[in-house]
Amino acid sequence: MNFEAIKSIYAFEMARTRRTLLQSIVSPVITTSLYFIVFGAAIGSRMQEVNGVSYGAFIAPGLIMLTLLNQCIGNGSFGIYFPKFTGTIYEILSSPISMIEIVIGYVGAAATKGLIVGSIILVTAAFFVDISIKHPFMMVLFFVLTAVSFSLFGFMIGIWAKDFEQLNLFPMLIIPPLVFLGGSFYSIDMLPPFWQTVSHFNPVLYLVSGFRWSFYEIADVNPVVSLLTVLGFLVVCLSITAWIFKTGYKLKN
Amino acid sequence: MAPIVSIRNLTKSYASGFKALKGVDLDIEQGEILALLGPNGAGKTTMISIICGIVTPSDGTVTVAGHDILTDYRKTRSIIGLVPQELTLDAFETVENTVAFSRGLHGCAPNPALIERILKDLSLYDKKDTMLRQLSGGMRRRVLIAKALSYEPKVLFLDEPTAGVDVSLRKDMWQLVERLRANGVTIILTTHYIEEAEEIADRIGVINHGRILLVEDKKALMTKLGRKQMTVELAEPIGVIPDALSPYSLTLSGEGTRLTYEFDSSGERTGISSLLSALSQCGLRVKDISTEQSSLEDIFVELVGEGK
Repeated sequence: MNFEAIKSIYAFEMARTRRTLLQSIVSPVITTSLYFIVFGAAIGSRMQEVNGVSYGAFIAPGLIMLTLLNQCIGNGSFGIYFPKFTGTIYEILSSPISMIEIVIGYVGAAATKGLIVGSIILVTAAFFVDISIKHPFMMVLFFVLTAVSFSLFGFMIGIWAKDFEQLNLFPMLIIPPLVFLGGSFYSIDMLPPFWQTVSHFNPVLYLVSGFRWSFYEIADVNPVVSLLTVLGFLVVCLSITAWIFKTGYKLKN
Repeated sequence: MAPIVSIRNLTKSYASGFKALKGVDLDIEQGEILALLGPNGAGKTTMISIICGIVTPSDGTVTVAGHDILTDYRKTRSIIGLVPQELTLDAFETVENTVAFSRGLHGCAPNPALIERILKDLSLYDKKDTMLRQLSGGMRRRVLIAKALSYEPKVLFLDEPTAGVDVSLRKDMWQLVERLRANGVTIILTTHYIEEAEEIADRIGVINHGRILLVEDKKALMTKLGRKQMTVELAEPIGVIPDALSPYSLTLSGEGTRLTYEFDSSGERTGISSLLSALSQCGLRVKDISTEQSSLEDIFVELVGEGK
Protein backbone atom coordinates (compact mmCIF):
# COMPACT_ATOMS: atom_id res chain seq x y z
CA MET A 1 0.00 0.00 0.00
CA ASN A 2 1.27 3.44 -0.93
CA PHE A 3 -0.02 5.25 2.16
CA GLU A 4 1.83 8.46 1.35
CA ALA A 5 -0.06 8.67 -1.93
CA ILE A 6 -3.45 8.07 -0.28
CA LYS A 7 -2.59 10.72 2.28
CA SER A 8 -1.53 13.14 -0.45
CA ILE A 9 -4.70 12.73 -2.50
CA TYR A 10 -6.89 12.92 0.60
CA ALA A 11 -5.11 16.03 1.88
CA PHE A 12 -5.24 17.62 -1.56
CA GLU A 13 -9.00 17.10 -1.77
CA MET A 14 -9.58 18.33 1.77
CA ALA A 15 -7.50 21.43 1.00
CA ARG A 16 -9.84 22.09 -1.91
CA THR A 17 -12.73 22.00 0.56
CA ARG A 18 -11.00 24.51 2.81
CA ARG A 19 -10.39 26.86 -0.10
CA THR A 20 -14.08 26.78 -1.00
CA LEU A 21 -15.40 26.97 2.53
CA LEU A 22 -18.31 29.25 1.72
CA GLN A 23 -19.59 27.08 -1.07
CA SER A 24 -18.79 23.83 0.73
CA ILE A 25 -20.05 24.41 4.23
CA VAL A 26 -21.90 27.67 4.61
CA SER A 27 -24.18 27.30 1.63
CA PRO A 28 -25.66 23.89 2.59
CA VAL A 29 -26.24 25.16 6.13
CA ILE A 30 -28.13 28.19 4.86
CA THR A 31 -30.17 26.09 2.43
CA THR A 32 -31.13 23.63 5.16
CA SER A 33 -32.01 26.40 7.58
CA LEU A 34 -34.35 27.77 4.92
CA TYR A 35 -36.02 24.37 4.65
CA PHE A 36 -36.53 24.31 8.39
CA ILE A 37 -37.92 27.81 8.47
CA VAL A 38 -40.34 27.17 5.59
CA PHE A 39 -41.32 23.53 6.11
CA GLY A 40 -40.59 23.20 9.79
CA ALA A 41 -41.74 26.47 11.30
CA ALA A 42 -44.08 28.16 8.79
CA ILE A 43 -45.89 25.23 7.18
CA GLY A 44 -44.97 22.55 9.71
CA SER A 45 -46.65 24.36 12.58
CA ARG A 46 -49.98 23.88 10.82
CA MET A 47 -49.36 20.23 10.05
CA GLN A 48 -50.26 17.20 12.08
CA GLU A 49 -47.64 15.09 13.71
CA VAL A 50 -46.42 12.22 11.56
CA ASN A 51 -46.49 8.95 13.48
CA GLY A 52 -46.15 10.84 16.73
CA VAL A 53 -43.25 13.02 15.60
CA SER A 54 -43.58 16.75 14.89
CA TYR A 55 -43.36 17.54 11.18
CA GLY A 56 -40.18 19.62 11.60
CA ALA A 57 -38.43 16.77 13.39
CA PHE A 58 -39.82 14.26 10.89
CA ILE A 59 -38.16 15.95 7.90
CA ALA A 60 -34.77 16.41 9.59
CA PRO A 61 -33.30 12.98 8.61
CA GLY A 62 -34.55 13.45 5.05
CA LEU A 63 -32.92 16.86 4.81
CA ILE A 64 -29.65 15.46 6.12
CA MET A 65 -29.82 12.72 3.49
CA LEU A 66 -30.61 15.24 0.74
CA THR A 67 -27.51 17.23 1.63
CA LEU A 68 -25.38 14.15 2.14
CA LEU A 69 -26.25 12.71 -1.28
CA ASN A 70 -25.65 16.00 -3.05
CA GLN A 71 -22.38 16.65 -1.26
CA CYS A 72 -21.02 13.15 -1.79
CA ILE A 73 -21.96 12.93 -5.44
CA GLY A 74 -20.77 16.48 -6.09
CA ASN A 75 -17.42 16.05 -4.38
CA GLY A 76 -16.81 12.54 -5.53
CA SER A 77 -17.44 13.43 -9.16
CA PHE A 78 -15.67 16.78 -9.20
CA GLY A 79 -12.57 15.44 -7.46
CA ILE A 80 -11.74 13.05 -10.29
CA TYR A 81 -13.39 14.97 -13.15
CA PHE A 82 -11.35 18.11 -12.66
CA PRO A 83 -7.89 16.52 -13.07
CA LYS A 84 -9.30 14.79 -16.15
CA PHE A 85 -10.50 18.14 -17.46
CA THR A 86 -7.27 20.05 -16.78
CA GLY A 87 -4.96 17.18 -17.71
CA THR A 88 -3.30 16.89 -14.30
CA ILE A 89 -4.57 13.31 -14.20
CA TYR A 90 -1.31 12.41 -15.95
CA GLU A 91 0.38 12.63 -12.60
CA ILE A 92 -2.03 10.25 -10.89
CA LEU A 93 -1.76 7.76 -13.76
CA SER A 94 2.05 7.84 -13.78
CA SER A 95 2.39 7.42 -10.02
CA PRO A 96 3.25 4.14 -8.31
CA ILE A 97 -0.25 3.85 -6.96
CA SER A 98 -2.96 1.27 -7.44
CA MET A 99 -6.49 2.07 -8.45
CA ILE A 100 -7.72 1.04 -5.01
CA GLU A 101 -5.48 3.66 -3.45
CA ILE A 102 -6.78 6.29 -5.85
CA VAL A 103 -10.35 5.42 -4.86
CA ILE A 104 -9.56 5.47 -1.14
CA GLY A 105 -8.00 8.92 -1.50
CA TYR A 106 -10.73 10.56 -3.58
CA VAL A 107 -13.77 8.75 -2.24
CA GLY A 108 -12.50 8.97 1.33
CA ALA A 109 -12.17 12.73 1.04
CA ALA A 110 -15.58 13.13 -0.63
CA ALA A 111 -17.25 10.98 2.04
CA THR A 112 -15.47 12.86 4.84
CA LYS A 113 -16.69 16.15 3.48
CA GLY A 114 -20.22 14.81 3.09
CA LEU A 115 -20.15 13.57 6.69
CA ILE A 116 -18.88 16.91 7.96
CA VAL A 117 -21.60 18.83 6.15
CA GLY A 118 -24.22 16.26 7.18
CA SER A 119 -23.18 16.60 10.83
CA ILE A 120 -23.37 20.37 10.62
CA ILE A 121 -26.90 20.06 9.22
CA LEU A 122 -27.81 17.74 12.08
CA VAL A 123 -26.56 20.29 14.60
CA THR A 124 -28.35 23.08 12.73
CA ALA A 125 -31.56 21.04 12.77
CA ALA A 126 -31.28 20.64 16.54
CA PHE A 127 -31.61 24.43 16.83
CA PHE A 128 -34.97 24.37 15.06
CA VAL A 129 -36.61 21.15 16.17
CA ASP A 130 -36.38 18.44 18.85
CA ILE A 131 -34.13 15.72 17.56
CA SER A 132 -33.84 12.39 19.31
CA ILE A 133 -31.60 9.57 18.17
CA LYS A 134 -32.92 6.22 19.39
CA HIS A 135 -30.33 4.03 17.67
CA PRO A 136 -27.09 6.04 17.52
CA PHE A 137 -25.03 3.11 16.22
CA MET A 138 -27.45 2.40 13.36
CA MET A 139 -27.67 6.12 12.65
CA VAL A 140 -23.88 6.35 12.25
CA LEU A 141 -23.84 3.16 10.18
CA PHE A 142 -26.47 4.49 7.73
CA PHE A 143 -24.75 7.84 7.68
CA VAL A 144 -21.28 6.43 6.87
CA LEU A 145 -22.46 3.74 4.43
CA THR A 146 -24.53 6.25 2.49
CA ALA A 147 -21.65 8.72 2.40
CA VAL A 148 -19.18 6.13 1.13
CA SER A 149 -21.47 4.52 -1.45
CA PHE A 150 -22.65 7.83 -2.91
CA SER A 151 -19.14 9.27 -2.98
CA LEU A 152 -18.16 6.19 -4.94
CA PHE A 153 -21.17 6.72 -7.18
CA GLY A 154 -20.04 10.31 -7.68
CA PHE A 155 -16.52 9.11 -8.49
CA MET A 156 -17.94 6.92 -11.24
CA ILE A 157 -19.92 9.84 -12.63
CA GLY A 158 -16.73 11.91 -12.61
CA ILE A 159 -14.96 9.29 -14.68
CA TRP A 160 -17.88 8.81 -17.03
CA ALA A 161 -18.69 12.50 -17.58
CA LYS A 162 -17.49 13.98 -20.86
CA ASP A 163 -18.31 17.57 -19.96
CA PHE A 164 -19.70 19.74 -17.18
CA GLU A 165 -23.25 19.15 -18.31
CA GLN A 166 -22.96 15.40 -17.80
CA LEU A 167 -21.15 16.04 -14.54
CA ASN A 168 -24.11 18.02 -13.22
CA LEU A 169 -26.74 15.66 -14.59
CA PHE A 170 -27.04 13.52 -11.47
CA PRO A 171 -26.77 16.12 -8.71
CA MET A 172 -29.06 18.57 -10.52
CA LEU A 173 -31.59 16.42 -12.37
CA ILE A 174 -31.72 12.91 -11.02
CA ILE A 175 -31.04 13.10 -7.30
CA PRO A 176 -33.51 15.91 -6.35
CA PRO A 177 -36.64 14.13 -7.69
CA LEU A 178 -35.51 10.88 -6.10
CA VAL A 179 -35.02 12.59 -2.76
CA PHE A 180 -38.20 14.66 -2.91
CA LEU A 181 -40.27 11.65 -3.97
CA GLY A 182 -38.42 9.31 -1.62
CA GLY A 183 -40.33 10.26 1.48
CA SER A 184 -37.99 12.96 2.73
CA PHE A 185 -40.86 15.32 3.42
CA TYR A 186 -43.69 12.89 4.03
CA SER A 187 -44.46 9.33 5.01
CA ILE A 188 -45.44 7.34 1.94
CA ASP A 189 -48.55 6.21 3.87
CA MET A 190 -49.90 9.63 2.92
CA LEU A 191 -49.76 8.74 -0.78
CA PRO A 192 -52.46 6.96 -2.82
CA PRO A 193 -51.75 3.19 -3.12
CA PHE A 194 -50.46 3.46 -6.71
CA TRP A 195 -47.81 6.02 -5.79
CA GLN A 196 -46.88 4.03 -2.72
CA THR A 197 -46.00 1.13 -5.03
CA VAL A 198 -44.07 3.41 -7.37
CA SER A 199 -42.16 4.82 -4.40
CA HIS A 200 -40.85 1.37 -3.55
CA PHE A 201 -38.81 1.46 -6.76
CA ASN A 202 -37.03 4.57 -5.55
CA PRO A 203 -33.78 3.55 -3.82
CA VAL A 204 -33.64 6.81 -1.89
CA LEU A 205 -36.83 5.82 -0.05
CA TYR A 206 -34.92 2.98 1.63
CA LEU A 207 -32.09 5.28 2.65
CA VAL A 208 -34.31 7.96 4.11
CA SER A 209 -36.60 5.46 5.79
CA GLY A 210 -33.76 3.54 7.42
CA PHE A 211 -32.03 6.70 8.50
CA ARG A 212 -35.23 8.11 9.98
CA TRP A 213 -35.89 4.84 11.78
CA SER A 214 -32.54 5.19 13.60
CA PHE A 215 -33.79 8.55 14.90
CA TYR A 216 -37.45 7.96 15.79
CA GLU A 217 -38.13 4.25 15.21
CA ILE A 218 -40.63 5.12 12.50
CA ALA A 219 -40.09 3.72 9.03
CA ASP A 220 -41.80 3.27 5.68
CA VAL A 221 -39.88 0.06 5.04
CA ASN A 222 -38.23 -2.48 7.28
CA PRO A 223 -34.88 -1.04 8.49
CA VAL A 224 -33.15 -4.33 7.68
CA VAL A 225 -34.29 -3.98 4.07
CA SER A 226 -33.00 -0.40 4.15
CA LEU A 227 -29.61 -1.53 5.37
CA LEU A 228 -29.41 -4.28 2.76
CA THR A 229 -30.31 -1.76 0.05
CA VAL A 230 -27.46 0.54 1.05
CA LEU A 231 -25.06 -2.39 1.24
CA GLY A 232 -26.26 -3.66 -2.13
CA PHE A 233 -25.75 -0.25 -3.69
CA LEU A 234 -22.24 -0.12 -2.24
CA VAL A 235 -21.42 -3.53 -3.72
CA VAL A 236 -22.74 -2.47 -7.14
CA CYS A 237 -20.67 0.72 -7.05
CA LEU A 238 -17.57 -1.19 -5.96
CA SER A 239 -18.00 -3.70 -8.78
CA ILE A 240 -18.41 -1.01 -11.42
CA THR A 241 -15.38 0.84 -10.07
CA ALA A 242 -13.35 -2.35 -10.19
CA TRP A 243 -14.41 -2.81 -13.82
CA ILE A 244 -13.51 0.79 -14.66
CA PHE A 245 -10.03 0.29 -13.31
CA LYS A 246 -9.54 -3.05 -14.92
CA THR A 247 -10.38 -1.69 -18.34
CA GLY A 248 -9.06 1.84 -17.83
CA TYR A 249 -12.48 3.05 -19.04
CA LYS A 250 -12.25 6.74 -20.00
CA LEU A 251 -9.07 7.11 -17.98
CA LYS A 252 -6.49 5.56 -20.24
CA ASN A 253 -6.16 5.00 -23.94
CA MET B 1 25.74 -3.14 -18.01
CA ALA B 2 22.09 -3.96 -18.63
CA PRO B 3 20.13 -1.07 -20.13
CA ILE B 4 18.02 0.88 -17.65
CA VAL B 5 15.10 1.08 -20.08
CA SER B 6 14.52 -1.73 -22.52
CA ILE B 7 11.76 -1.47 -25.11
CA ARG B 8 10.81 -4.44 -27.28
CA ASN B 9 8.35 -4.45 -30.14
CA LEU B 10 6.31 -1.69 -28.56
CA THR B 11 3.11 -1.15 -30.49
CA LYS B 12 0.18 1.16 -30.00
CA SER B 13 -2.92 1.17 -32.14
CA TYR B 14 -5.97 3.24 -31.35
CA ALA B 15 -9.58 2.21 -31.82
CA SER B 16 -9.71 4.50 -34.85
CA GLY B 17 -7.15 2.20 -36.48
CA PHE B 18 -4.38 4.78 -36.20
CA LYS B 19 -1.05 3.19 -35.36
CA ALA B 20 0.99 5.54 -33.22
CA LEU B 21 3.83 3.06 -32.64
CA LYS B 22 4.74 0.24 -34.99
CA GLY B 23 7.02 -2.12 -33.11
CA VAL B 24 9.66 0.04 -31.45
CA ASP B 25 12.85 -1.53 -30.11
CA LEU B 26 15.13 0.65 -28.05
CA ASP B 27 17.64 0.26 -25.23
CA ILE B 28 18.53 3.21 -23.06
CA GLU B 29 21.74 2.97 -21.08
CA GLN B 30 22.02 4.04 -17.49
CA GLY B 31 23.29 7.58 -17.04
CA GLU B 32 23.08 8.65 -20.66
CA ILE B 33 21.23 11.53 -22.23
CA LEU B 34 19.21 10.32 -25.16
CA ALA B 35 17.55 12.80 -27.45
CA LEU B 36 14.58 11.59 -29.45
CA LEU B 37 14.10 13.63 -32.55
CA GLY B 38 11.03 13.52 -34.66
CA PRO B 39 8.41 15.71 -36.26
CA ASN B 40 5.05 16.33 -34.62
CA GLY B 41 2.97 13.17 -34.47
CA ALA B 42 5.99 10.88 -34.85
CA GLY B 43 5.09 8.85 -31.75
CA LYS B 44 7.51 10.38 -29.24
CA THR B 45 4.90 11.34 -26.66
CA THR B 46 2.98 8.09 -27.10
CA MET B 47 6.13 6.12 -26.37
CA ILE B 48 6.90 8.14 -23.26
CA SER B 49 3.28 7.96 -22.10
CA ILE B 50 3.34 4.17 -22.31
CA ILE B 51 6.56 3.90 -20.33
CA CYS B 52 5.15 6.21 -17.65
CA GLY B 53 1.79 4.42 -17.40
CA ILE B 54 -0.51 7.01 -18.96
CA VAL B 55 -1.24 5.00 -22.10
CA THR B 56 -1.72 1.23 -22.30
CA PRO B 57 0.45 -0.49 -24.92
CA SER B 58 -1.24 -2.67 -27.55
CA ASP B 59 1.70 -5.02 -27.78
CA GLY B 60 5.32 -5.37 -26.76
CA THR B 61 7.16 -5.00 -23.48
CA VAL B 62 9.04 -2.32 -21.62
CA THR B 63 11.26 -2.90 -18.61
CA VAL B 64 12.75 -0.20 -16.44
CA ALA B 65 15.67 -1.25 -14.24
CA GLY B 66 14.65 -4.83 -14.96
CA HIS B 67 11.03 -4.40 -13.88
CA ASP B 68 8.10 -4.75 -16.26
CA ILE B 69 6.09 -1.52 -16.55
CA LEU B 70 2.76 -3.35 -16.39
CA THR B 71 3.25 -6.06 -13.79
CA ASP B 72 5.76 -4.19 -11.65
CA TYR B 73 4.41 -0.68 -12.14
CA ARG B 74 5.03 0.38 -8.57
CA LYS B 75 8.76 -0.18 -8.93
CA THR B 76 9.08 1.35 -12.39
CA ARG B 77 6.93 4.40 -11.74
CA SER B 78 8.72 5.25 -8.51
CA ILE B 79 12.02 5.64 -10.36
CA ILE B 80 10.61 7.44 -13.41
CA GLY B 81 10.12 11.17 -13.52
CA LEU B 82 8.03 12.82 -16.22
CA VAL B 83 7.93 16.43 -17.32
CA PRO B 84 5.01 16.54 -19.75
CA GLN B 85 4.82 18.65 -22.83
CA GLU B 86 1.61 20.42 -21.88
CA LEU B 87 1.70 22.90 -19.02
CA THR B 88 -0.93 21.08 -16.99
CA LEU B 89 -1.09 22.27 -13.42
CA ASP B 90 -3.80 22.79 -10.84
CA ALA B 91 -4.86 26.40 -10.94
CA PHE B 92 -5.47 26.95 -7.26
CA GLU B 93 -2.57 25.14 -5.63
CA THR B 94 0.58 26.85 -4.46
CA VAL B 95 3.96 26.01 -5.94
CA GLU B 96 5.28 24.39 -2.79
CA ASN B 97 2.15 22.32 -2.19
CA THR B 98 1.98 20.95 -5.68
CA VAL B 99 5.62 19.87 -5.55
CA ALA B 100 5.09 18.22 -2.16
CA PHE B 101 1.97 16.54 -3.58
CA SER B 102 4.01 14.90 -6.34
CA ARG B 103 6.49 13.60 -3.80
CA GLY B 104 3.68 12.10 -1.73
CA LEU B 105 2.03 10.48 -4.75
CA HIS B 106 5.26 8.65 -5.38
CA GLY B 107 5.17 7.20 -1.90
CA CYS B 108 7.97 9.29 -0.42
CA ALA B 109 7.75 10.71 3.08
CA PRO B 110 7.66 14.53 3.24
CA ASN B 111 11.07 16.16 2.91
CA PRO B 112 10.73 19.95 3.10
CA ALA B 113 14.50 20.47 2.97
CA LEU B 114 14.76 18.65 -0.35
CA ILE B 115 11.79 20.52 -1.80
CA GLU B 116 13.33 23.78 -0.70
CA ARG B 117 16.57 22.89 -2.48
CA ILE B 118 14.77 21.92 -5.68
CA LEU B 119 12.75 25.13 -5.65
CA LYS B 120 15.92 27.15 -5.11
CA ASP B 121 17.73 25.31 -7.90
CA LEU B 122 14.92 26.18 -10.27
CA SER B 123 14.66 29.81 -9.07
CA LEU B 124 11.16 29.13 -7.75
CA TYR B 125 11.76 29.55 -4.06
CA ASP B 126 10.52 33.14 -3.81
CA LYS B 127 7.33 31.98 -5.58
CA LYS B 128 6.69 29.01 -3.31
CA ASP B 129 3.44 30.43 -1.91
CA THR B 130 2.19 31.74 -5.23
CA MET B 131 -0.89 30.17 -6.79
CA LEU B 132 -0.03 28.25 -9.93
CA ARG B 133 -2.48 30.12 -12.14
CA GLN B 134 -0.60 33.35 -11.44
CA LEU B 135 2.64 32.02 -12.90
CA SER B 136 4.02 32.74 -16.35
CA GLY B 137 4.50 29.94 -18.87
CA GLY B 138 8.21 29.67 -18.13
CA MET B 139 7.59 29.49 -14.41
CA ARG B 140 4.98 26.80 -14.89
CA ARG B 141 7.50 24.79 -16.87
CA ARG B 142 9.91 25.11 -13.94
CA VAL B 143 7.20 23.92 -11.56
CA LEU B 144 6.59 20.83 -13.71
CA ILE B 145 10.30 20.05 -13.56
CA ALA B 146 10.34 20.58 -9.79
CA LYS B 147 7.40 18.20 -9.44
CA ALA B 148 9.20 15.52 -11.42
CA LEU B 149 12.39 15.95 -9.37
CA SER B 150 10.59 15.96 -6.02
CA TYR B 151 10.89 12.20 -5.62
CA GLU B 152 14.42 11.96 -6.99
CA PRO B 153 13.78 9.79 -10.05
CA LYS B 154 16.54 7.74 -11.65
CA VAL B 155 15.12 8.07 -15.13
CA LEU B 156 13.78 11.41 -16.26
CA PHE B 157 11.64 11.98 -19.33
CA LEU B 158 11.54 15.53 -20.60
CA ASP B 159 8.88 15.83 -23.29
CA GLU B 160 9.74 18.85 -25.41
CA PRO B 161 11.15 20.70 -22.42
CA THR B 162 12.13 23.82 -24.31
CA ALA B 163 9.00 24.38 -26.37
CA GLY B 164 8.04 28.00 -25.80
CA VAL B 165 10.81 28.64 -23.32
CA ASP B 166 13.06 31.71 -23.29
CA VAL B 167 16.83 31.68 -23.57
CA SER B 168 17.59 32.02 -19.87
CA LEU B 169 15.32 29.17 -18.84
CA ARG B 170 16.74 27.07 -21.62
CA LYS B 171 20.23 27.64 -20.28
CA ASP B 172 19.12 26.89 -16.72
CA MET B 173 17.49 23.75 -17.94
CA TRP B 174 20.60 22.46 -19.67
CA GLN B 175 22.66 23.20 -16.58
CA LEU B 176 20.16 21.25 -14.56
CA VAL B 177 20.32 18.36 -17.00
CA GLU B 178 24.10 18.34 -16.67
CA ARG B 179 23.84 18.31 -12.88
CA LEU B 180 21.35 15.46 -12.96
CA ARG B 181 23.55 13.50 -15.29
CA ALA B 182 26.45 14.02 -12.92
CA ASN B 183 24.28 12.40 -10.25
CA GLY B 184 23.71 9.40 -12.47
CA VAL B 185 20.20 10.22 -13.66
CA THR B 186 19.31 8.87 -17.09
CA ILE B 187 17.62 11.52 -19.21
CA ILE B 188 15.44 11.03 -22.24
CA LEU B 189 14.34 14.19 -23.94
CA THR B 190 12.24 14.70 -27.00
CA THR B 191 12.65 17.73 -29.13
CA HIS B 192 12.32 18.97 -32.63
CA TYR B 193 15.08 21.50 -32.11
CA ILE B 194 18.01 19.71 -33.61
CA GLU B 195 20.64 22.05 -32.18
CA GLU B 196 19.38 21.07 -28.78
CA ALA B 197 20.02 17.40 -29.36
CA GLU B 198 23.35 18.24 -30.96
CA GLU B 199 24.39 20.27 -27.95
CA ILE B 200 23.36 18.08 -25.07
CA ALA B 201 22.74 14.46 -25.98
CA ASP B 202 25.08 11.50 -25.83
CA ARG B 203 22.97 9.55 -28.25
CA ILE B 204 20.39 10.56 -30.73
CA GLY B 205 17.37 8.61 -31.84
CA VAL B 206 15.25 9.60 -34.78
CA ILE B 207 11.63 8.53 -34.77
CA ASN B 208 8.96 9.05 -37.39
CA HIS B 209 5.61 7.47 -38.24
CA GLY B 210 5.85 5.29 -35.13
CA ARG B 211 9.21 3.76 -36.03
CA ILE B 212 12.70 4.32 -34.75
CA LEU B 213 14.69 5.15 -37.85
CA LEU B 214 18.07 5.33 -36.19
CA VAL B 215 19.76 5.42 -32.80
CA GLU B 216 23.36 6.33 -32.79
CA ASP B 217 26.07 7.79 -30.66
CA LYS B 218 26.01 11.48 -31.42
CA LYS B 219 29.69 11.76 -32.30
CA ALA B 220 29.63 8.67 -34.46
CA LEU B 221 26.53 9.96 -36.16
CA MET B 222 28.06 13.31 -36.82
CA THR B 223 31.22 11.76 -38.26
CA LYS B 224 29.43 9.10 -40.19
CA LEU B 225 27.08 11.39 -41.90
CA GLY B 226 28.90 14.64 -41.29
CA ARG B 227 30.25 15.28 -44.76
CA LYS B 228 31.99 18.52 -45.47
CA GLN B 229 31.74 20.50 -48.63
CA MET B 230 34.32 22.85 -50.06
CA THR B 231 33.19 25.42 -52.57
CA VAL B 232 35.78 27.00 -54.80
CA GLU B 233 34.89 30.26 -56.56
CA LEU B 234 36.85 30.69 -59.79
CA ALA B 235 38.02 34.04 -61.09
CA GLU B 236 37.04 33.09 -64.65
CA PRO B 237 34.23 30.77 -65.72
CA ILE B 238 35.04 27.43 -67.34
CA GLY B 239 32.89 25.36 -69.69
CA VAL B 240 33.89 21.88 -68.57
CA ILE B 241 35.84 20.44 -65.66
CA PRO B 242 39.40 19.67 -66.83
CA ASP B 243 40.20 15.92 -67.06
CA ALA B 244 43.06 16.36 -64.60
CA LEU B 245 40.47 17.11 -61.91
CA SER B 246 38.30 14.05 -62.53
CA PRO B 247 39.58 12.06 -59.48
CA TYR B 248 37.98 14.67 -57.21
CA SER B 249 34.41 14.19 -58.53
CA LEU B 250 33.75 17.88 -58.61
CA THR B 251 30.50 19.47 -59.61
CA LEU B 252 30.34 22.65 -61.57
CA SER B 253 27.72 25.28 -60.99
CA GLY B 254 27.18 29.03 -60.85
CA GLU B 255 27.58 29.48 -64.65
CA GLY B 256 30.95 27.81 -64.61
CA THR B 257 32.47 29.78 -61.75
CA ARG B 258 31.78 27.44 -58.82
CA LEU B 259 33.34 24.05 -58.15
CA THR B 260 32.07 21.94 -55.28
CA TYR B 261 34.13 19.25 -53.63
CA GLU B 262 32.80 16.83 -51.01
CA PHE B 263 35.09 15.26 -48.47
CA ASP B 264 35.11 13.49 -45.13
CA SER B 265 36.36 15.91 -42.54
CA SER B 266 37.27 13.13 -40.13
CA GLY B 267 39.42 11.30 -42.67
CA GLU B 268 43.21 11.46 -42.43
CA ARG B 269 43.60 12.84 -45.91
CA THR B 270 40.94 15.24 -46.97
CA GLY B 271 42.45 15.82 -50.42
CA ILE B 272 42.15 19.57 -50.09
CA SER B 273 45.81 20.50 -50.62
CA SER B 274 46.24 18.19 -53.60
CA LEU B 275 43.05 19.56 -55.13
CA LEU B 276 44.27 23.11 -54.70
CA SER B 277 47.60 22.35 -56.37
CA ALA B 278 45.80 20.48 -59.16
CA LEU B 279 43.63 23.55 -59.72
CA SER B 280 46.66 25.81 -60.13
CA GLN B 281 48.33 23.25 -62.41
CA CYS B 282 45.29 23.45 -64.66
CA GLY B 283 45.77 27.22 -64.69
CA LEU B 284 42.54 27.97 -62.87
CA ARG B 285 42.66 31.06 -60.68
CA VAL B 286 40.86 30.72 -57.35
CA LYS B 287 38.95 33.75 -56.11
CA ASP B 288 37.46 32.37 -52.89
CA ILE B 289 37.17 29.18 -50.90
CA SER B 290 34.56 28.24 -48.31
CA THR B 291 33.77 25.04 -46.45
CA GLU B 292 30.51 23.87 -44.94
CA GLN B 293 29.66 20.98 -42.68
CA SER B 294 26.35 19.24 -43.09
CA SER B 295 24.50 19.65 -39.80
CA LEU B 296 22.46 17.17 -37.86
CA GLU B 297 19.51 18.97 -39.32
CA ASP B 298 20.49 17.87 -42.83
CA ILE B 299 20.89 14.33 -41.58
CA PHE B 300 17.54 14.49 -39.89
CA VAL B 301 15.69 15.93 -42.86
CA GLU B 302 17.27 13.28 -45.03
CA LEU B 303 16.21 10.45 -42.72
CA VAL B 304 12.71 11.68 -42.11
CA GLY B 305 12.33 12.29 -45.81
CA GLU B 306 13.37 8.71 -46.57
CA GLY B 307 10.97 7.36 -43.99
CA LYS B 308 7.98 8.67 -45.91
